Amino acid sequence: MSQQDNQTAAAPRRLASGGRIDRATPLTFTFNGKRYQGLAGDTLASALMANGLDVLNASFKYARPRGLVAAGAEEPNAILQLGSTEAGQVPNVRATQQALYDGLEAHAVSGWVKAQKDLMSRFLPQVGKLGGKFMPPGFYYKTFMAPASLWMTYEKYIRKAAGLGRSPLEEDPDIYDHLHQHTDVLVIGSGPAGLMAALVAARSGARVILCDEQEELGGSLLSMSADCLDQTLDGQPAIEWRDAVLAELEACEDVQLLPRTTANGYHDHNFVTLHERRTEHQADLAPLNARGAQQARSRLHRVRAHRVIMATGAHERPLVYSHNDVPGNLLAGAVTTYLTRYGVAAGDKLVLSVNNDHAYRAALAWAAAGREVVAIADARPDPAGVMVEAARAAGIRIIAGAAVIEAKGERRVTGARIAAIDIDAFSVTGAVEELACDTIASSGGYSPVVHLAAHTGARPVWSDEIHGFLPALGAPMLKGFDACGAANGSFALEDVLVAAYASGVAAVEACEFETAQAEVPAVSELAETPMLPLYQVPHDKPTARAPKQFVDLQNDVTAAGIELATREGFESIEHVKRYTAMGFGTDQGKLGNINGMAVAARCLGQTIPDTGTTVFRPNYTPVTFGAIVGRHCGELFDPIRYTAMHEWHVAQGAKFEDVGQWKRPWYYPQGSEDMHAAVERECLAVREKVGVLDASTLGKIDITGRDAREFLNRIYTNAWAKLGVGKARYGLMCHDDGMVMDDGVTTCLAEDHFLMTTTTGGAASILEWLELWHQTEWPELDVQMTSVTDHWATLTVTGPEARALVGELTDIDLDRDSFKFMEVREGLIADIPGRIFRISFTGELSYELNVPANYGLHVWKRLFECGKKYGLTPYGTETMHVLRAEKGFIIVGQDTDGSITPEDLGMQWCVGYNKPYSWIGKRALSRPDTRRDDRKQMVGLIPTRKKAGDERIVLPEGSQIVFDPEHAIPMPMVGHVTSSYYSPTLGHGFALAVVKGGAKRIGETVFLPQADGTTLEAEITSPVFYDKKGERQHV
Amino acid sequence: MMHIFCPYCGELREEEEFHVKGQAHIERPKDPEACSDAEWGDYLFFRNNPRGVHHELWIHAVGCRKYFNITRHTVTYEILETYRMGEQPTITGETKADPTTQAKGVSA
Amino acid sequence: MSDATTLDPQAGAAVDAQPQDMTSSQTSVIDQRPTPEVHAQCARSPLAHLFTARDDGDAGIVLQEKAFLGHLTLRGDPAQPGFAEGVEAALGLALPLTPATLHQNEGGRSIQWLSPDEWLILVPGEEAFTVEKALHEALAGRYQVVNVSGGQTVISLSGDQARQVLMKSTPTDVHPRAFPVGRGVPAVFAKATLVLRRVSESEFELVVRRSFADYLGRWLLDASEEFGVCIKG
Ligand SMILES: [Zn+2]
Repeated sequence: MSQQDNQTAAAPRRLASGGRIDRATPLTFTFNGKRYQGLAGDTLASALMANGLDVLNASFKYARPRGLVAAGAEEPNAILQLGSTEAGQVPNVRATQQALYDGLEAHAVSGWVKAQKDLMSRFLPQVGKLGGKFMPPGFYYKTFMAPASLWMTYEKYIRKAAGLGRSPLEEDPDIYDHLHQHTDVLVIGSGPAGLMAALVAARSGARVILCDEQEELGGSLLSMSADCLDQTLDGQPAIEWRDAVLAELEACEDVQLLPRTTANGYHDHNFVTLHERRTEHQADLAPLNARGAQQARSRLHRVRAHRVIMATGAHERPLVYSHNDVPGNLLAGAVTTYLTRYGVAAGDKLVLSVNNDHAYRAALAWAAAGREVVAIADARPDPAGVMVEAARAAGIRIIAGAAVIEAKGERRVTGARIAAIDIDAFSVTGAVEELACDTIASSGGYSPVVHLAAHTGARPVWSDEIHGFLPALGAPMLKGFDACGAANGSFALEDVLVAAYASGVAAVEACEFETAQAEVPAVSELAETPMLPLYQVPHDKPTARAPKQFVDLQNDVTAAGIELATREGFESIEHVKRYTAMGFGTDQGKLGNINGMAVAARCLGQTIPDTGTTVFRPNYTPVTFGAIVGRHCGELFDPIRYTAMHEWHVAQGAKFEDVGQWKRPWYYPQGSEDMHAAVERECLAVREKVGVLDASTLGKIDITGRDAREFLNRIYTNAWAKLGVGKARYGLMCHDDGMVMDDGVTTCLAEDHFLMTTTTGGAASILEWLELWHQTEWPELDVQMTSVTDHWATLTVTGPEARALVGELTDIDLDRDSFKFMEVREGLIADIPGRIFRISFTGELSYELNVPANYGLHVWKRLFECGKKYGLTPYGTETMHVLRAEKGFIIVGQDTDGSITPEDLGMQWCVGYNKPYSWIGKRALSRPDTRRDDRKQMVGLIPTRKKAGDERIVLPEGSQIVFDPEHAIPMPMVGHVTSSYYSPTLGHGFALAVVKGGAKRIGETVFLPQADGTTLEAEITSPVFYDKKGERQHV
Repeated sequence: MMHIFCPYCGELREEEEFHVKGQAHIERPKDPEACSDAEWGDYLFFRNNPRGVHHELWIHAVGCRKYFNITRHTVTYEILETYRMGEQPTITGETKADPTTQAKGVSA
Repeated sequence: MSDATTLDPQAGAAVDAQPQDMTSSQTSVIDQRPTPEVHAQCARSPLAHLFTARDDGDAGIVLQEKAFLGHLTLRGDPAQPGFAEGVEAALGLALPLTPATLHQNEGGRSIQWLSPDEWLILVPGEEAFTVEKALHEALAGRYQVVNVSGGQTVISLSGDQARQVLMKSTPTDVHPRAFPVGRGVPAVFAKATLVLRRVSESEFELVVRRSFADYLGRWLLDASEEFGVCIKG
């Protein structure tokens, strides 16, 4: 880089004085790689403007040069890419809302133009005029309605171009967080209305949050100036009243002031999401805080407010005239704001085209800045009023009954064509005069920013008085929601303050605070005369042939496009929007929607309210994903639940499986073992010696009460009346539709005391299920339930050597005859009081040790101290699955899927058909559908072995089963594989499956067509593969 | 994100603390075996889906763990009342005129 | 240690008992605490691995695990004669009947309303069985007492920024006006749940389930980082 490049040029459009910028603090930034200088207090937009940068982007569809239009959130063009590093890339930044900081790097977004050029060169023989032809109005609509192949062709190019920027390719080093807020009053917007309402609320002692999307609080007060006849409050410049109010609010303990904070979504019952940009004004990446710790770059406030006061102001509407998109065409209010707040003139020679008094401020401020106002075209036939007179007095030419009908120039406005117009006839009525200028500012009136009020479905209501939509206050979706100031259609400062005061008082009273003394400041007099409704300006040619008149600048939607849509029969504004893509940009058509509706209404010969209302959805402005995610990322993405023995598993190198939120040991590889090798070793260890499983994740529910037994009778499919104290029983639970929902062993600890176990995944939902029946259907039953899942650590010791091993640790008599299968004993286990359950999920001799979880790790370690000589092997969930499947034990949720009855599982032995109470699920088992013979029933499958090595075949889980592999496609599918493993004990693969009518098809061969075109073959067998008589668990 | 008054806790709490459990007042037939298949099917599978006032069963899952009922407007999401198990609603589709049917532009 | 008793159904008929409905159901109650020596040697609290002593200096957040307390879940019907009296007699604290409140005493005992029929009792760890037994003796009819000491632990949260950390974590309103001393509620916390209670002007207690303790502990440390952390061992 040469010495010269390092010099930043003087900012040519910066005024010598004025504005809320700090001329003593220059800041350096780059745009498209070139260095420029701005000032502290600038936005990126004002700094770009000060440097005379007219063209900031190429437009989305037509690749037309575009520059700044607005000064706030409604800006459609100056959507830039920010970031000096790859990781710091931020797309979709509105230059008007980005504070300037030293070192800021910004780029235009040209992704669309590039994508379009790629496409044109690929598909079109000669590259003609860019755009337009490729994406005519109705493009999206027609593309989707056309044969699918057309969309396939365009899709990748459109996706490439979609959005106005790119995501970073590297991980974002910044953090984001959430803050849950509760407040009595949330005031959104800190202009005169917001400040007044917040002050009233704060003085009452209520909890108040005042937020505003801008860098500084104050809203429109920040750009008020005596230069443009702005009013005084209590005889002082308005900014002084603002300063005093803020000072008072700041001193209140229960008031939070949140600048740089956009209220993006209004949700049910006054729940509002605020996006606070905490460090974006300081640097690319969030600086460390004073302690050297990371701080959140942005924060999502989730606010529950008793009352919401929307004081979001209004957006000025541009007029729609030909070539109104050429850089140098701005909103009148934006021109004023750049002058008064940032000390920047948008150009040298201004033409103003307006239909109201307020916009005259731009001309007055422009003249005061020593620039030339060429003319004001005022659509009103007879403009009068204080502002108009002041302009006349300043020697400004006012052309009444006229408007700018077309801008001249390509990369910058060079002139304005002005003509007298007849609004009712929608025609140009006089000669066209062309005036040389470099800036055209227009104002078509003001649209209240009603977006938030529409988010819950309350449609805004058209007002003929203000020629705009008002929030539907009083709608049932807007309870506790109020609006005041320009957001509610009050534009005169005095009216704004009076309305805001009333809103503040109403909010305070609704929150049951007493209104403290506060007064509305005295506003100096300034009479405005009425506006004249004007949206699209007629041209001397018909709309379809006139140079483009843009309605939605971001999506390049023109008045002619909307006219075409209505000609093609799209009469609802919602259809017009989808046909033209109007309002579908990142700005959601903040500037264009109402003009678009006005164009549609004109074409359809009806009023705007007849054309429809406009719907807004969250978010008001784009929000970075980081803020939505908050700290729920990385290791905090979702809860990870651990058992008391987890650190031992980690130390032993276990691989873990996620089961719900639990981390369970999956298998424990030794040396270079892969999963298969480890699982085979673990399986054989259990079958031949002894293994231990951490089964702590099983759901456990302590159930007591004199009706506990009856309760179990009703909840489970099987009978509990005769289960003795100290005995355990397996139970199945169904929904009332007869489908299996959970299973587990329940033990009778005392006559009225049971410990129920549930599946790991079912723990929470089963407790809720039990409570549901107890609370809603059987409150008379004396039964109480409490979860003890986390309380007991559960260690399953299983295998032929289990008795010898456990016997070393406990004072409980494990003798096979005194402590039988399916019994429980209490006693000391490795010096810890607990219970031993002699139950088995492997088919081997098993003891489930339950000890309070604080001692679980201790007992586990003691087992291994004693277990070496018995060959104790820890095993994980994969081995557990193999072992139980060898025994034909189901896993609910794996072998069942909500469509399987106990009978489908062949578990009639677990169904108490004769229990007196019609237990949950019983009645459904006699429905015709559950009685069909061709229901899918649980069977075993053994892959057919035709050659050596076939014993290693494992049928893929989920494989569909057919009876006839020669059947024409689609083949009738008759079932699927639910569990499938290799069994080292059996020496071959095996599976559990459900097959239509399977119980009667034992011995038949079925086929399993695979995705790769091959077909596997298997024999239907009993689902019990190992120890069919169940002798081993009884030893 | 609704704000729900739990009739047992006696307070408004955030929706995150609650789970919805479907239509309220679905009573299990006292004698299931006496039900025809059609009656049992109605009990199991058929639910109202009104556009307007609806009675729903909820549980204050992260809270008192009690089931209770909510009368809610399915379009406006207004919660018109909450009441304990065993109690009957005071507001029903008949007693409450639907405010949204008068509003223009709302389509089902 | 192992008391392993099945309680006498006639035992502990409380004051004003109604004879026809006032027999206790038969439950198995065991003293689940090992000897003090074994406990000292063998117990491992849910946060022992994470809450190791640390002091950032001038810390805005102070955290401490109050490990190995006795946690009892009590269920019952306060409208049942003798229930409230029985609880008070056994525990030495009045049964809170106002939703979302807790009663506590100098001896480290507390009882918190969770539901119209459920309370959380915290006592020093070595008192758990004494209190459990006393409750069984004092209560009759429909009630339940369950020792859940192994399944829960308590995190003490204090420091100038405690409220801020809570606001980052829970949708429950923790403003002093909404959450005075003596209030306690189950709460959504990050993506898990816990019981949140304010035991003094400066201290909140978070009763967390064992299996979620690591996640919640990490969440708290993360949320506290910017304010500086002191963890008391
Ligand atoms: Zn509740």
